[in-house]
Amino acid sequence: MAVAAGFMPACFGFEKCMNLSTQVSFLTNGMRHTITVPSMKRLLDVLREDLGLTGTKEGCGEGECGACTVLLDGLLVLACMVPICQVQNKSVKTIEGLSGDGSLHKVQQAFYENGGAQCGICTPGMIVSAAYYLQHPDEAEDIREALAGNQCRCTGYMKILESVKAAWPR
Amino acid sequence: MHGLHENFGIGESSVATVNDFPVITPQSLDEALDVLASVQNVRPLAGGTDLMVLLESGALRPCTFLNIQELPELKSPDGMTALTTYRDIRASHWKTRFPMLAAAAREVGALAIQSRGTWIGNVANASPAADGVPALMAYDAELEIARKGERRRVPLANFYRGYKQMDLRPDELITEIHLPSPSPGFVEYFRKVGARRFQAISKTLLAGRIRFAADSTIADIRLVFASVAPFTLRAFQTEALLRGRPLTQESIADAAKAIQDEIRPIDDIRSTEAYRRRVTANLLRDFLEGLIT
Amino acid sequence: MKAVGRSLHRIEGIPKVTGKSVYVADMQIEGCLYGRTIRSTVAHGLIRNIRFNPGIPWNEFVIVRPEDIPGKNGVTLIDTEQPFLASREIRHVGEPLLLIAHEDRALLDRAAHNIEIEVDELPGMFSMEEALQSGRVFKSYRVQNGEPSEALKGADVIVEETYRTGSQEHLYIEPQGMIAVASPGAGVSVWGSMQCPYYIRKALAPLFEMPPDKIRVVQMETGGGFGGKEEYPNMIAGHAALLSWKAGGRPVKLIYDRREDMLATTKRHPSRTHIKAGFTRDGKLIGLDIDILLDGGAYPTLSSVVLSRATLHAWGPYRCEHTRVQGNVVMTNSNPYGAFRGFGAPQAIFAIELHMTRAANILGLDPTEIRRRNFLRRGDRMPTGQVVKENIDLEQLMDRALERAGYAEKRRDPQRGRGLGVSVFFHGSGFTGSGEVRLASRVSLRLRKDNHVDVLVSNVEYGQGTNTILAQIVAETCQIPPEHVKVHQPDTLNVPDSGPTVASRTTMIVGKLVERAALQLRDRLNESRPEDVTVTVEYEPPNDVYWNDETYQGEAYAAYSWSCNVAEVQVDPVDYGARLTNFTSTVECGRVINPALAEGQIQGGIAQGIGFALYEDVVVENGAMKNNQYTNYIVPTAADTPNIDVEFIEFPYANPGPFFAKGIGEMPIDGPAPAIAAAVADALGGTVINEIPLLAERIMAAVVSDQT
Repeated sequence: MAVAAGFMPACFGFEKCMNLSTQVSFLTNGMRHTITVPSMKRLLDVLREDLGLTGTKEGCGEGECGACTVLLDGLLVLACMVPICQVQNKSVKTIEGLSGDGSLHKVQQAFYENGGAQCGICTPGMIVSAAYYLQHPDEAEDIREALAGNQCRCTGYMKILESVKAAWPR
Repeated sequence: MHGLHENFGIGESSVATVNDFPVITPQSLDEALDVLASVQNVRPLAGGTDLMVLLESGALRPCTFLNIQELPELKSPDGMTALTTYRDIRASHWKTRFPMLAAAAREVGALAIQSRGTWIGNVANASPAADGVPALMAYDAELEIARKGERRRVPLANFYRGYKQMDLRPDELITEIHLPSPSPGFVEYFRKVGARRFQAISKTLLAGRIRFAADSTIADIRLVFASVAPFTLRAFQTEALLRGRPLTQESIADAAKAIQDEIRPIDDIRSTEAYRRRVTANLLRDFLEGLIT
Repeated sequence: MKAVGRSLHRIEGIPKVTGKSVYVADMQIEGCLYGRTIRSTVAHGLIRNIRFNPGIPWNEFVIVRPEDIPGKNGVTLIDTEQPFLASREIRHVGEPLLLIAHEDRALLDRAAHNIEIEVDELPGMFSMEEALQSGRVFKSYRVQNGEPSEALKGADVIVEETYRTGSQEHLYIEPQGMIAVASPGAGVSVWGSMQCPYYIRKALAPLFEMPPDKIRVVQMETGGGFGGKEEYPNMIAGHAALLSWKAGGRPVKLIYDRREDMLATTKRHPSRTHIKAGFTRDGKLIGLDIDILLDGGAYPTLSSVVLSRATLHAWGPYRCEHTRVQGNVVMTNSNPYGAFRGFGAPQAIFAIELHMTRAANILGLDPTEIRRRNFLRRGDRMPTGQVVKENIDLEQLMDRALERAGYAEKRRDPQRGRGLGVSVFFHGSGFTGSGEVRLASRVSLRLRKDNHVDVLVSNVEYGQGTNTILAQIVAETCQIPPEHVKVHQPDTLNVPDSGPTVASRTTMIVGKLVERAALQLRDRLNESRPEDVTVTVEYEPPNDVYWNDETYQGEAYAAYSWSCNVAEVQVDPVDYGARLTNFTSTVECGRVINPALAEGQIQGGIAQGIGFALYEDVVVENGAMKNNQYTNYIVPTAADTPNIDVEFIEFPYANPGPFFAKGIGEMPIDGPAPAIAAAVADALGGTVINEIPLLAERIMAAVVSDQT
């Protein structure tokens, strides 16, 4: 762990811990990656630029639209709000890895069959949230609440709700 | 998440980017406190739901982040530490003992925010619109604050001094929130008023608790408001006015009048002073009128 | 083999649900530069000096000034008055002044904050009423039939009121962006988020003084548009291309972040509409005098056409022999307003529909009854002289919506804080009569040796279903499986100009062209062909559509779609917020090509209409959006929108559309606001608030003033 070139630490003894760049090792969709990037680089940018996984989208950069929703150690998070230094040794799952084996996850299938996607930009985040909710239905009172953090400007949400219901385990 | 409009004093000719923020990840709480004691310009970083937005906007002055996410002392399943998230509280025993905490957690952003945002982060960000602080304050929360070689406790109700001004030194870290066991018999009320059902910054908010004595007078009461003062407001004077009195239309009317003198709402980009004044009184009435027997 | 009328799955659905669709920001380009636009912070002034602060390695940057523009510094729309980069006079906050590019985005950010523009400020005009009084009119229209002033004198009851609508931000979830490669040798190529590839081509040609065939425009997967990507992309494409040109042809990526997008791009025209209506005692509308005023902002952009549509939708679906509509759109120092779904109609329809409800209240009639007594029927004339030829039955349309909404039962059982409201409205499909003739759209179909068909159009898919609808039309016409039909990515190198993806024209106008071309191909399916066969057809106006641009008389639109909305709201007594509890819509749009896609369009448009009515407030300061952050611009989430119930009804008529299908893209956003405002008035015991959005603060003010 090296000091970033040109950085003057304001203290004595912590130089070697103060990192502008970090080597981070983590799993994404089951695959291990080890990269060296600025410590505070957003997970969103690491996914899209360093790993070439552009399925996760940026809609606002403020943690409001939900287009960048991914799973971090199984929890629903916004990739634009997670600095990569906090992903060390963790496991990330994105839309690209949702099904695990290359086939369609049942939520993806349901969105496809029920018109849950129109322009598609909110869709990856929406599907990740929906898949999470189906695994943890006790975490919200209903589907609308569960998806309140994923904004869609195209559908009016009706067909998204139908898609989620269609994917509900029987 | 609340503070984008709050300028951290960055001049127009300067904008900080991702390259201006080194990170220290201490492996123990002692190490963390050592850093705070000896390094200038350090900010603790937990869930990042406030700080990451500020960083992205370019409004944050360059600083060193102290990443506390790996501190073993803070990973406590039962306590409310600096790493306890809103999601952690929505599940579990907290819901039964402190229902308002679960109610407040539900109102924060949406699920993906709740899994990262922390209660102590909410306290330390000191937004007057904070969603978690009012419920904590209504439960008489105490903050445990640590610095190298010293621990102290501060009641949350005394923690804020002014807008973004708190009883916290640059070399201190809020490590834990202590909540006294609630006395039985309290009736609770939590309502956040926002521009939409979820994902909204509050225009006003009331976290209220009230307990009646055997003779139906008010034995104890907590009234905590968000977004109507430069910081989360515990309405001590209105509480005092009600304590010992029975709950009647008259005492409620007095309280609704008194609260207008305690709150200091403003016009801002989200709402108006007039709206905040009136709706705050409505919240108080909604809470109390429902309890008249 | 039936394709039309089936709810086929979206053709590009699999890439969309797997995250494989490629939007412009997803394109990774080796060695590209990142662009940034330097904008004015004052609303009106003259540029005195531009200073580049020391401390930035400016020699590493690509910098484009107005004087670097090779051709004409004007964005081609209807005129070319708006500059790509202002060189002397600044007319609005956010006006582009300079462009810079660098490969290091962090350095780019710092550099952008280290350019100082010295401006001699001039006073700005921000009031549309003042602008009208001082004569700063971009455009006026007037439509009149009969003598309304006379007719009003004979009315039993006069109802007069002024209505206001605020601006509205598109908030497509994919911000605007372009990638450009441009040089004198290679020509100009741009890839990006857009609705109208040929508009961009037409705008880039004079900018670089290049013939159009050296300009290539490619639409990437586009994450929402709603009109926001109709004309603004001309500007951002020009900027990206100018940077690349200055950089010797290096690729430049220019992607807006959300705050810049909200501040700088176009929004819905704010409106003020004054209506004076005369009724007989039993509610017959005998005279209508309407004054529409729109704020166009600092440059004309598409304001004249927005005003046109507002004017032509102002009188509502009612019979009235004495109507006058005077429309004006004025120039202020606000950020230029532009296309947004509905395009003037939501503003006009808000006024007339809320006015009819107000009139009903005054006359003591149910709002549905006053409408029933005045609905247009076949054979009636609109104020433009257009005879309603379609077999419309608006009473049936309304009654079906009322029945589905449980209107009568709920009216009999009033509940505290609950309100019901109704609106009935139409939307003309396609450009106004002469507009489609001017567009002269062309469509090509290529029949391959394996009998698969490529559809070559410049109309884009951005969620509304272009790819699927056009494939269904070809499949049905040629009797081949829809999977054998592919709509080619809109690339001006490969597709003809079938016009812009706007004005609810893709299904009816372009779909018809596709049908005609498919008919030509159908006969050739079984012949042996050495090569692919390409068929091109060009727009032919219907024989019976006549429109006079000068007098604004004739058939304004070749066909209209019709709809009724019933809104149910609950107004909260504690926080005065109005929330939708139910929403019902009946829709008449001729034949429905794909019911699931059509329903999705209606539901989405209604949600945007709900936002327009209750939540979306563009706070304007100095003519610019002050709340340009996602967190401070409130759109309804899944937890705010109600159940939206949609039923399609067809009034059979041989309209010009393919399989007699008409347009629906915009209509659903036209009707919710007045229905919701009427519902709120109903909840408040009859107090009509004449301005949207109906924020809780506004409702509170009405409640408080009612009590005093």
